[in-house]
Amino acid sequence: MAAIEILDLEKSYLVGFWRKRPRLALRPLRLTIEEGEVFGFLGPNGAGKTTTLKLLMGLVFPTAGTARLLGCAMDDPRVKSQIGFLPEQPYFYDHLSARELLNYYAQLSGVPAKGRSARVEQMLARVGLSDSAGMQLRKFSKGMLQRVGLAQAILHDPKLVFLDEPMSGLDPMGRREVRDLIQQLRSEGKTVFFSTHILSDAEALCDRVGVIHQGELRGVGAVAELTSGKQGKVEIVFYAPEQKVPLALTGLGAEARISGDMVNAVLPEAQQEAALDVLRRERIKLISLTPVRSSLEEYYIQKLRPSPDATEAGREEADRKGAGA
Amino acid sequence: MNSRIVCIAFNTFREAVRDRVLYNLIAFAVLLSGASILVGEISIDIERLVVVNLGLTAVSLFGVVIAIFIGIGLVSKEIERRTLYTVLSRPVRRWEFVVGKFFGLTGTLVVNTFFMALGVFLALLYVAHKFEKMDVWVLAALYFIVLQFLIVCALALFFSSFSTPLMSAVFTFALFVIGSLADDLRGFARITHGAGGWLATAIAYLVPNFSALNVINLVAHGGPVPGSLILYNTLYALLYSAMAVSGAVLIFQRRNLK
Repeated sequence: MAAIEILDLEKSYLVGFWRKRPRLALRPLRLTIEEGEVFGFLGPNGAGKTTTLKLLMGLVFPTAGTARLLGCAMDDPRVKSQIGFLPEQPYFYDHLSARELLNYYAQLSGVPAKGRSARVEQMLARVGLSDSAGMQLRKFSKGMLQRVGLAQAILHDPKLVFLDEPMSGLDPMGRREVRDLIQQLRSEGKTVFFSTHILSDAEALCDRVGVIHQGELRGVGAVAELTSGKQGKVEIVFYAPEQKVPLALTGLGAEARISGDMVNAVLPEAQQEAALDVLRRERIKLISLTPVRSSLEEYYIQKLRPSPDATEAGREEADRKGAGA
Repeated sequence: MNSRIVCIAFNTFREAVRDRVLYNLIAFAVLLSGASILVGEISIDIERLVVVNLGLTAVSLFGVVIAIFIGIGLVSKEIERRTLYTVLSRPVRRWEFVVGKFFGLTGTLVVNTFFMALGVFLALLYVAHKFEKMDVWVLAALYFIVLQFLIVCALALFFSSFSTPLMSAVFTFALFVIGSLADDLRGFARITHGAGGWLATAIAYLVPNFSALNVINLVAHGGPVPGSLILYNTLYALLYSAMAVSGAVLIFQRRNLK
């Protein structure tokens, strides 16, 4: 069963003071995410990631379209007990301690009174906050608040977890911990939908990613496929104590970069044998030879570029305006 | 009552207590004890009248100020700080949230009024040296003040569901002042004719009738509060606040939390 089915969900806001006009925040979005999948929703700031999450959480209402979560309509209150949500840069009731806050959320989520305290303590331990559980949240650092946010999102053992920029503002250790937590959720069979613009996180964690830009879904693909494609190039690394690149190698079309006493050269796969001959002839020690594979970054950049059709249409529009003037 | 509403109401009460809202009791205690000592020195035979008048007016004003200033932020502060996101993404309906916040604030005001009422009775004991039978009507006046708070909270909540906190405070306070003059407004409507008369009558009956809920002068003079007035005022306050809270719910149900 699909965990999330987004069916042409669309959102526009009215802007302007006197003459209100609609501004499209999300173009009709159609997307399906299977149960147990970790899905990364990628895009630059203002792309529409948070709008999509707010629509799915029922915090804003769609202009058109709908979505189904775990087989139920997204506004069905029953489905909410199966959902965990961490908003971007979360802010919590700072008059409460972490323990009180989790207790409050556990009550709202319908966690039975029997075993509620034990569950709260378990969550505090899981995010490493047991020692500061009694401290008021107004004294917490940003990283600690993010941990509280993660704890409240998974407190009631939801089947589906939405995380909006979960690594934002965290130090490397904090990011590592969040990554570990998402891995754990995956191994528990949860569906995780998280938005990010940190591609390395998405590459390490996600089964599939979707790229959104200017409110439009530009592409969806499996990370394994996107990063396995060969580019028809090889990367050769060799010793060059004199920090020189053989001229013959440059003649083969190699793009070389000297780093210390090593050279990193990228050249067409067809020239691989010729390049190795050059190294043998010059008695240069080869360290490695690897085919260059596509990265998620390349896919992301490619999807963010305007499509040729759109560019053409834009040009025609400009021409028309020019002719009119 | 629905457990989620109770949970939200309790959290609202706890927030008010921890944000030191009840510190106003200190100012109230200082005011009342100072006034009682002063009244004891300068008044002859009217100590009771002055203490009841002053005490109950202070209870009313302190409570109205708290009701307005917390009431206008009940929902808007949660939207602004985005604390609402993690609440509404749970099995909590929007109307439950609004009603829970309303009960939380009225609960805070009831506790606050309880302590202030204790202060009023202590001051009364200090100046009169004993309680009299007519002092029981002071309790009725305090009950009416609590009913006033219900309406003020509901109005603050209603205005804050579509307006800025500042404008909500202005609207609520303006309605409190106009509503306190509701009797005069109704008298004016009776003697006005034509379209002006219709308009005055409509306004007079639309604004909350706080003057009917104000029996401070009556009980200060030892007068009894009729049982029918208690019944009518209770029904009126419950109905009026229920309508204002329903209005707030209706607006909030449709609101996008940007």
